[in-house]
Amino acid sequence: MKALVWHGKQDIRCDQVSDPGIEDPRDAIIKVTSCAICGSDLHLFHNFIPAMKNGDIMGHEMMGEVVEVGSEAKGKLKKGDRIVVPFTIICGQCDQCRRGNFSVCERSNRNKEMADKVYGHSTAGLFGYTHLTGGYPGGQAEYLRVPFADATHIKVPDNLTDEQVLFLGDIFPTGWQAAAHCDIEPTDTVAVWGCGPVGQMAIRSAILLGARQVVAIDCIPERLSMAQAGGAITINFETESVIERLNDLTSGKGPEKCIDAVGLESHVSMGQPDTLLDRAKQAVMMESDRPHVVREMIYVCRPGGIISIPGVYSGLVDKIPLGIAMNKGLSFRMGQTHVNRWTDDLLRRIEEGQIDPSFVITHTARLEDGPEMYKMFRDKQDSCIKVVLKP
Amino acid sequence: MNMLMKSARSPGDPRVISTGPGTLASPDQLARGLGWFSIGLGMLELFGAHRVARTLGLEGSEWMIRACGAREIGSGVACLSVNPAPGVAARIAGDALDIATLAVAAQQDDPRRGNAQLALLAVLGITVLDVICHQGLTARHARQPGPGRDYRDRSGFPKGLAHARNAQV
Ligand SMILES: NC(=O)c1ccc[n+]([C@@H]2O[C@H](COP(=O)([O-])OP(=O)(O)OC[C@H]3O[C@@H](n4cnc5c(N)ncnc54)[C@H](O)[C@@H]3O)[C@@H](O)[C@H]2O)c1
Ligand SMILES: [Zn+2]
Ligand SMILES: [Zn+2]
Repeated sequence: MKALVWHGKQDIRCDQVSDPGIEDPRDAIIKVTSCAICGSDLHLFHNFIPAMKNGDIMGHEMMGEVVEVGSEAKGKLKKGDRIVVPFTIICGQCDQCRRGNFSVCERSNRNKEMADKVYGHSTAGLFGYTHLTGGYPGGQAEYLRVPFADATHIKVPDNLTDEQVLFLGDIFPTGWQAAAHCDIEPTDTVAVWGCGPVGQMAIRSAILLGARQVVAIDCIPERLSMAQAGGAITINFETESVIERLNDLTSGKGPEKCIDAVGLESHVSMGQPDTLLDRAKQAVMMESDRPHVVREMIYVCRPGGIISIPGVYSGLVDKIPLGIAMNKGLSFRMGQTHVNRWTDDLLRRIEEGQIDPSFVITHTARLEDGPEMYKMFRDKQDSCIKVVLKP
Repeated sequence: MNMLMKSARSPGDPRVISTGPGTLASPDQLARGLGWFSIGLGMLELFGAHRVARTLGLEGSEWMIRACGAREIGSGVACLSVNPAPGVAARIAGDALDIATLAVAAQQDDPRRGNAQLALLAVLGITVLDVICHQGLTARHARQPGPGRDYRDRSGFPKGLAHARNAQV
């Protein structure tokens, strides 16, 4: 089959690879009908997440048709079922899964020993991600083996298109969890840093959850225009002062809730001198991430507020003003998304027409064009915000 | 770190049979080559400043050669980063400095001026490569100027924004 394969930093190719097969009775194989490129894939593309290996298949946002089912998954899945695959692989039975903490499933990481050593305690297995999360082959491919398939799936009805439901596997619940973590009250201002696909979903989630005011921050005009469409007031951080605008919009008190939908690759610019220092430290491996947004959130957030971080961080960061956060009494909530915790509710909202996540798709292409689409999404060319690939 | 990481692959995981078109285009590869070249040359200038000075007839300028070495290493590291264009631009600026220095050495009344002339030729050649690389990177990776597309019609709320604001169910 064809698949997009990681060969090293900034080297992703559309290769011919061998087909996957059932390896465990709980597995299923799907024929991928749609998959997408995520901001997390860019962190892997740039080699900012450790423990990728030459030959790893990319992709963790995918859906398709079940073509083969292992004996123990048969009660839950059958050939021909149409499913979205959550990016977090879940056993559905361990202590964490029973609590709904799916992204920290205790059983699905097949590299658990290594992860236990590096993280203290292992987290869940993820598709198309580092070997620290099991190194499972991803879904930017024609076929995908889904481990623990009896639990790791979201069944979707035939009357909804792929484009409407595909994002149930990652960015929609990710934006939703980011907003849910904010415990939004009707008087709240929610500020969202980053208007990529995750930021766009977070903005709409905050609106649906009843925020008084949502403010979106980015520097890319077309992304800001999409944020505005979703009901946000926008700030272009290249031409305006984020801190001043946020204070102006909140009678000088700062937003109660702050969401970081940027992650470890914050823009580097002269206007934000700390990012230059972070970039230099990254180059000589003294720091792994550029946490500019976290610093800004801690500074501008209203005392007693909540900082919600769906953006991915990979390792060590410097100069986080923990003293300010402590004295202001801020709460931090973060994590890879517990996808299946939210999907029943979110699927219902899509079916009821409350929201249609396909608004975010700006480009659709063949799997063979995947490498070029990575480049376009990365370089933010042709007003690209979200790419869907059709294997 | 990556080298120490145990691979999690299982025997059934798909394996590459043949490799196809990828993201690395020729300007990207050229930038990497120039980056490593910069680092190599930088090391030579930094740690072998005396020999370089003797070969080119630039005795007394060892401190300057070492500074050039540090500069080369800096731009080399930048060329190897995820956004190499500024690194290649820094190399072009450095080339101009090197050309000015070598042009003086190449005209001195010194038997070694032949070496300096050769070095000057080499730098001129590599400057051409740097310029080609920078143009290639810009053509491939730069964002088109202008405001981009207007997505103000993409609310994502089929029943409209006002309805969404009052959904809360
Ligand atoms: N927690 C999860 O489970 C989960 C799931 C999916 C994605 N993610 C992460 O969410 C983040 C965003 O993903 P995406 O797909 O939207 O990526 P993206 O790269 O398309 O979006 C990032 C946006 O942030 C903007 N940005 C950069 N620096 C900024 C700054 N200083 N202030 C404001 N905006 C800034 C960029 O211009 C860009 O539009 C990534 O880190 C990704 O890995 C996390
Ligand atoms: Zn993702
Ligand atoms: Zn589990």
